Amino acid sequence: MSNLIHIKAFGMVAEKIGKESLSLENPGTTEALKNLLFQNYPELRSLKFTLAVNKKLTPGDIELEEGMEIALLPPFSGG
Amino acid sequence: MNRFERQVILNGLGIEGQSKLRSSSVLVIGAGGLGSPILLYLAAAGVGKIGVVDGDRVALSNLNRQVLFGEKDLGKNKAENAVRYFQEKYSDIQWEVFPEMIRNDNAEELISAYDLIIDGTDNFPTRYLVNDACVLLEKPLVFGAIYQHEGQVSVFNHGPSACTYRDLYPQMPAATEIPNCAETGVLGVLPGIIGNLMALEAIKVIAGYGKPLVNRVLFFNSLTSQSYEVEILPNPGAREAMPQSMASFMITDYELACEGIKQLTWAEAMRKMNSEVAFVDVREPGELPPLECTGLVKIPLSQLENHLDRLEDSEEVLFFCQSGIRSQKAAQQLQQVYPEKRIYSIRGGINALKS
Repeated sequence: MSNLIHIKAFGMVAEKIGKESLSLENPGTTEALKNLLFQNYPELRSLKFTLAVNKKLTPGDIELEEGMEIALLPPFSGG
Repeated sequence: MNRFERQVILNGLGIEGQSKLRSSSVLVIGAGGLGSPILLYLAAAGVGKIGVVDGDRVALSNLNRQVLFGEKDLGKNKAENAVRYFQEKYSDIQWEVFPEMIRNDNAEELISAYDLIIDGTDNFPTRYLVNDACVLLEKPLVFGAIYQHEGQVSVFNHGPSACTYRDLYPQMPAATEIPNCAETGVLGVLPGIIGNLMALEAIKVIAGYGKPLVNRVLFFNSLTSQSYEVEILPNPGAREAMPQSMASFMITDYELACEGIKQLTWAEAMRKMNSEVAFVDVREPGELPPLECTGLVKIPLSQLENHLDRLEDSEEVLFFCQSGIRSQKAAQQLQQVYPEKRIYSIRGGINALKS
């Protein structure tokens, strides 16, 4: 059975990943997802970004369920 | 008939909203790519008093997006030039011009004199500085920033329980972590759109009109024309990490803080104290009062680079000095050599301990 989550990447995070959206096998939690992303895209380690799950910010580690949308939101500074 | 007739008849804004705009004051920090459209539309909408802060001068490469300026303005100060432009255009706005960058030592004077602050600056240290000053001085802050083809907009600190920039981005990025417009390029329309959204949010907050982006951040992508909205929640840890008073704000070096130099209060430092932690006084010999306690290491800042090896074995290092400024520099020096160590500067130094 498929258990996919959907990633939306913004700014520099999208550049490092090479695309703005992708679907992944659910790794279980937001922390596990971060580790998976760092493993697959080591350049992400040097970036600071905030995670939103289903369009809501998530301070701390939370459990991921099938079909959830996780946004990777880096800060922008330009003006 | 007056110049606001078309917006006064608008459902929801009305005479009342217009009179709120008329009696309000807005400080626009940064008169560049974002500041240009912000100022154009706030002035057109009839905000009663507008302050413009910018210490930068107009350069040729600015002209694709900083639409307030033209070829004849090259080399002139942006804030002065912007205000001169508007003074010729409208007679009913009170202008204040600050041809300087916002800093720790002018932030309180500038910000406390206005009802609403708009951040159109272009670097992380300044964005955290403006956010913290607005939190401490209890001013609503309209925030916007761009990167390549994307922008983000939010309204921070509007009301007692409202979220701030630190709730959205608790970890301060290094000033160099993300390339700026000069390195990556920017199409002028993007800051035009984001700046207009910021002006819109400012008008909504002032006039009590519509639903401002409070506890929400809006992302916009100019290539796909898509937007994405995210709800922001309070982050208690992030709030503790910011200066808790204007005195503490004054001695925070935001450049260093963005480089990852963390500060602790004496109370937090005391809780960390144990035999594994190096506790280092970086004051020069003879500074008063002397502090004596077991385990205290004394290395004046001027000698630190020759004595870094004395701290080699400590995984955690706490620096302090007289007022908390030199200890931030010491922390940065050590961090560069030992990036794995947990290094802190004690906020306010000995002066904070005395009070």
